[in-house]
Amino acid sequence: MSLRAASTFFYRRPNWYLALLLVPPLLWFGTVYLGSLFALLAQSFYRIDDFTAQIVREPTLATYRQVVTQRANIDIVLRTLTMAVAVTIACAIIALPIATYMARYARGRMKAFFYVGVMLPMWTSYLVKVYAWRLLLAKEGIIAWVFSKLGLLGLLEAALETPGVGGPSLSSSYIGMFIVFVYMWLPFMILPMAAALERVPGSLLQASADLGARPAQTFRNVVLPLAVPGIAAGSVFTFSLTLGDYIIPSVVGAPGYFIGMMVYVQQGTAGNIPLAAAFSVVPIILIFAYLSIAKRFGAFDAL
Amino acid sequence: MTAAIEFREVSRIFGDVRAVDDVSFAIEPGEFFAMLGPSGSGKTSCLRLVAGFDSPDRGQVLLDGSDVSSVPPYDRNVNTVFQDYALFPHMNVLQNVAYGPRVRGASLQEREKLAREMLDLVQLGAQGGRRPAQLSGGQRQRVALARALINRPKVLLLDEPLGALDLKLREEMQIELKGLQRRLGITFVYVTHDQGEALSMADRVAVFNQGKIEQLAAPRELYSRPATAFVARFVGSANVAGATLAQSITGAATPFAIRAENISVHGENAPAAANAVSAPGSVVAVQYHGAASRWQVKLDAGDVWSALVTEEAARSLIDLAVGARVKLTWPRDAAVLLSPASSGS
Repeated sequence: MSLRAASTFFYRRPNWYLALLLVPPLLWFGTVYLGSLFALLAQSFYRIDDFTAQIVREPTLATYRQVVTQRANIDIVLRTLTMAVAVTIACAIIALPIATYMARYARGRMKAFFYVGVMLPMWTSYLVKVYAWRLLLAKEGIIAWVFSKLGLLGLLEAALETPGVGGPSLSSSYIGMFIVFVYMWLPFMILPMAAALERVPGSLLQASADLGARPAQTFRNVVLPLAVPGIAAGSVFTFSLTLGDYIIPSVVGAPGYFIGMMVYVQQGTAGNIPLAAAFSVVPIILIFAYLSIAKRFGAFDAL
Repeated sequence: MTAAIEFREVSRIFGDVRAVDDVSFAIEPGEFFAMLGPSGSGKTSCLRLVAGFDSPDRGQVLLDGSDVSSVPPYDRNVNTVFQDYALFPHMNVLQNVAYGPRVRGASLQEREKLAREMLDLVQLGAQGGRRPAQLSGGQRQRVALARALINRPKVLLLDEPLGALDLKLREEMQIELKGLQRRLGITFVYVTHDQGEALSMADRVAVFNQGKIEQLAAPRELYSRPATAFVARFVGSANVAGATLAQSITGAATPFAIRAENISVHGENAPAAANAVSAPGSVVAVQYHGAASRWQVKLDAGDVWSALVTEEAARSLIDLAVGARVKLTWPRDAAVLLSPASSGS
């Protein structure tokens, strides 16, 4: 069959054309991606035999029971969840003015500068950035130095003495870990938010002012609700990335385990694949819960 | 009586473009005022100056006698119907209409009552619970109108409000808008590039060209006595003779305009009528429009003119086809003399 005949064949039969386009990636997606996900899910319903350290391949909820009843495991989930929520809120607060400026005010070169500036950190190695932050946050690091030069060392020390989130230095406290998480995931919040705000026609803001709304009212009644789908999209990134990350908590911050570290440790040195699998299911459940709450509050209504 | 809107020597300059170039005019309270012109002629820039989305570089904009050049839109008693309607997509119709009273601090009960009244006024009383995306173009148009009228503005600005509607709906809305304006007694400022719309609705029309007003007059005067070549061409697409062409046709170098419906087409050798002017040429195209057809004729002196020929008159021209030699004639007094200054534009 000549190329022309093939073209005609597919032009006349759009479904065949669609099949040609979709079947290869769907096969790949289905087997490699979903397949491994279901394999993981299946593993979480096995358990490990405490004496032989062998995996018992019988369906059981014992491993999940271990996650939700043992105090240490509950702490890990709560610790990770609290961090993810805090990081998401902080990212949203910092991103909103930046995204608003990028989408609604910056023009030409300034706009390009901001977009590149936001994405630039993502082009360097993740590990380099994490280790760089450990140095920045260290007791003798530049941040502590700036505080001491400004005569504000007392303030920093007071913050580090806060029970629960403090520590001997920023680099070994949850405050430091929080700062690194916010830094790392901020672009993932700014970009979808800016994209949502770019789509808001300028005439909507003019209409709001025209009807008597002061700029603050326009922001609250028009800009913010229309940015919500972007905030929701961004927060799914920041929330899920924080829930799953294991490098930042192991390089920066207090010694307590996070979900990602637990998965890493259990499937590696401990060899407890079922527990690692059960822990990986926790973020999936939390994100589903988060999405359904967001939907209930109408986050996706303007889509 | 204080003018509802007054422009005093207003200029608005973007870079080296004079969007509004030293414009002065006054609009009376209760007037239906149209700003007519091609895109980029300055009409929308003037509207933005009235709404307060923009401020003049020079001159003053007065609303009800006071200078508002630096007053923001939310402190002006003026409301706008936007070209794209600018309905808030995340609010339903009732919330959209109630937005004005809401940001001005009205209680929920009060503003919803007002909004229902406005929706009844535009015959959309039953659609309050719908989202703008669920409405047709014509319905969105009415919501935008209700939303703009709810604050009881002294002046309503309409920026090409019917541009997105189909012809039949547009004609219905024209009648409705005119009726609404008469009932409410509000000053309407209506921006459009459609001369038919401006002529059929407005009390007075300002024709804009390159940031300036070419002519400000009542529709009938604008049509029958265009002051410049631009107005003659833009309003009702008249044939315009510039100085050179006028010289070769009439012997005098005064530019003039002549409407297509005043020109009749004759065979080359037809006898000249008394008090008529004629110009020879050849037929370029004939477009049939039903009651009449439009004949495009290239004059020997250069320009292509058009003549509107009724079906009755066309019967005697049955043997003339494209390329045929003809003579265009018109009564001497049907020609409108134009001011020579701008005849070139």
